[in-house]
Amino acid sequence: MRLDIAPILSTLGRHKLTATLIVLQIALTCAILCNATFLISDRLRWMQTPSGIDDDRIVRLMVSDIGPRADMHARVEADLAALRAIPGVEAVTVTNSLPFGPSSWNTPVRLTRDQSTPSLEAAAYYGEAVGETLGLRLVAGRFIRPDEYTWVDDHAAKQVRGSPVVVVTQALAQRLFPDQSAIGRSIFIGDEELHIVGIVERLARAGDQSRSGVYETLLLPWRMVTAYGGGFAVRARPGEAGRVRQAAAAALKAVDPRRVIIEKRLYTEVRDRYFATDRATTVLLAGVCVALLVVTALGIVGLVSFWVAQRRRQIGIRRALGASRIDVLRYFQTENFLLASMGIALGMVLAYAINLLLMREYELPRLPFGYLPVGAVVLWLLGQAAVLAPALRAASVPPVVATRG
Amino acid sequence: MFAYYLELALRSLRRSGALTALMILAIALGIGASMTTLTVLHVLSGDPLPGRSGSIFTPRLDPRGMRDFDLSENLPAQVTWTDGMNLLNARRARRQALMTGGAVPIQPDDPSIDPFFVSARYTSADFFGMFDTPFRYGQAWSATEDEQRAHIAVIGAELNDRLFHGENSVGRTIHANGADLRIVGVLKPWRPVPHFYDLNTTNYGAAEQVFVPLTTSRAMRLTRNGGVECWGEGSSDEEHMEAASCVWLQLWVELGDAAAVASYRTFLEGYAREQVASGRYDRPARAELTDVMRLLDEQRVVPSDVRLQVWLSLGFFAVCLVNTVGLMLAKFMRRAGEVSVRRALGASRRSVFTQLLTEAGIVGLAGGLGGLAVALLGLAILRMQPSPAAELAHLDPTMLAATFLVSLLAALAAGVVPAWRACRIPPALQLKSQ
Repeated sequence: MRLDIAPILSTLGRHKLTATLIVLQIALTCAILCNATFLISDRLRWMQTPSGIDDDRIVRLMVSDIGPRADMHARVEADLAALRAIPGVEAVTVTNSLPFGPSSWNTPVRLTRDQSTPSLEAAAYYGEAVGETLGLRLVAGRFIRPDEYTWVDDHAAKQVRGSPVVVVTQALAQRLFPDQSAIGRSIFIGDEELHIVGIVERLARAGDQSRSGVYETLLLPWRMVTAYGGGFAVRARPGEAGRVRQAAAAALKAVDPRRVIIEKRLYTEVRDRYFATDRATTVLLAGVCVALLVVTALGIVGLVSFWVAQRRRQIGIRRALGASRIDVLRYFQTENFLLASMGIALGMVLAYAINLLLMREYELPRLPFGYLPVGAVVLWLLGQAAVLAPALRAASVPPVVATRG
Repeated sequence: MFAYYLELALRSLRRSGALTALMILAIALGIGASMTTLTVLHVLSGDPLPGRSGSIFTPRLDPRGMRDFDLSENLPAQVTWTDGMNLLNARRARRQALMTGGAVPIQPDDPSIDPFFVSARYTSADFFGMFDTPFRYGQAWSATEDEQRAHIAVIGAELNDRLFHGENSVGRTIHANGADLRIVGVLKPWRPVPHFYDLNTTNYGAAEQVFVPLTTSRAMRLTRNGGVECWGEGSSDEEHMEAASCVWLQLWVELGDAAAVASYRTFLEGYAREQVASGRYDRPARAELTDVMRLLDEQRVVPSDVRLQVWLSLGFFAVCLVNTVGLMLAKFMRRAGEVSVRRALGASRRSVFTQLLTEAGIVGLAGGLGGLAVALLGLAILRMQPSPAAELAHLDPTMLAATFLVSLLAALAAGVVPAWRACRIPPALQLKSQ
């Protein structure tokens, strides 16, 4: 079997418009497909970013008390005691935020007292034993000791001087002290000098943040109060989070029946809410990819069918002159392959152009080269699948057609 | 004549059913996807105060300390208590309101019903007049009541429905945070989109349900919510926010015309210079007046994903259009014989062209109808998302009309080249070969 590309090209030359339309459609599909799948994989990876805590064992509750706020420390202690008494609860604290929660508390970090521009903006976590409760993994040093905590409201009112200790994440330590161990080094937050006593593996921040700084977080030696917007973080024994959530809400309500439970969520729900838009975008991207492939395939079927119908006589003549069915089939398959190849070549250029635009607007790396061959193979296969039915119809044109006028 | 074209078109469309269905499907999917995402963009980037937003400004100052001083950085969008009160009491604008967000626990009269929290806004009196909030019952309070720290409130329609079954509740009281507030007004349902006057509490969330004079809220120690930016020394304790070196209040002014804007700007710059001269401000005097739409733009309120989705769906639409052009070409050229017969019988090129475009137009209208179904479905799916912006995703009449118009135009545009090709078929040649 011999395939002549030259006659195919010359035929295509006489059907420039149709050929151009197929090429253009494949090119656009290729460009959008490459970028969309890249965005999908990028979002999927981001959605799986580890929070650094024991996701499925944490429950978050927020209460709001009614009436003048007197003696908030005692009330927090009473609430904590009530929560600790629940079977299945391992640890409990009041904290200002949770990884991938709705709001983050950011603070500029400096390396010297009078550094004019801060080194970075870190997300601060407050709350007694937050690290231990959430299940952070310590990689060096120690957590903050119970006697080192002071109440955050006393601290804000400048009634006490907090202990000069801080626990930071590995990411933060590496960014601030790239060359040496961060343990024992000091950082400045506001006007206070704090010594790094421990390093945790990772702890993600909350709120809308840039992805690169997601692990730039630290733990401060402040006891959080509910009146300052703190919520309870409860650590349940494995598999008991769901039950603990209900029991914890009931226990908090029992302490003061008039109070309002604003929120009672499993941590996994908190996390899901954070990534809801990413999930929606991913679904939309995937939906568009599928729709694109279907539309393009059907378009090719439609155009090639028309083509076959138009060239019925020529096909008949070829068959009468001795071309086999396979030859005719191969002819249309080769033609489609050539068109697809042209489309893919143009599509790759377009794909990179779109990628450059996306990189400017979004935190997106350059499109890896791996996507291009995959995209090319998908479109070649798509083209071949779409052309098969019309090409088979062409192959079944009997030679006798040539004799009809 | 048009009726004849229509009849021909319908007959031809019916004859090649699969091809027609394919074209309609392609246009419907492309239009539907584009309209879904464009509707979301349209809703989210809308003007919260149509016709008024150009005359509403937020005055901005720079009271921060010298640390991190960077001239290229934007001025804070909020003010300190001292500056806010000074500018409020200066009364240099037609209307001015100083405000912050919060949350208030409401205890229903019936003790068996649990207390619940509603979002609140603590503001001075002009809020209602300036933002043109619609009142169902009663009215706003006055500046005198601001000064007296009166225990009064304006409540939203939703809360009024919940507590008083939608009746006129003016004069009745709500028990908020252990104290009684007398209701002076009840709003009609009101939801500016975006929540422009305080983007720290929410971007697209609902408006607050309880409005209390700012002075009263401080005296009652109601819970405050929202963005706080602090600098330098000094306490940032909740109880003493008035003295704190923090910006945490939103200030809005209404300025009627360009002259008023210019004179307010002069006043504001003068105020900033005075503060520097008196030593209250460390940084060089800077002042700005930013109107509503500029602020929304600067704060990048519209999520970037929404734009991404728009581009994606437009790209998809482009593919669908190219597809439709190809299919139309196939369809029209297939009828070369019929066209040449009509031409030979005396039909002009123009009438053949018009007839073929009529066919394209019908495809466009059908595609628009399909696109509408796709868009409605897409928006219904979007509304199931948990974000507050999602529940706003409704097709409005403008977008509905646009769906049909764009679909019709797209199909006609897709039909032009194929129809042109077809109407140039020489009559004789095709007849001979038949």
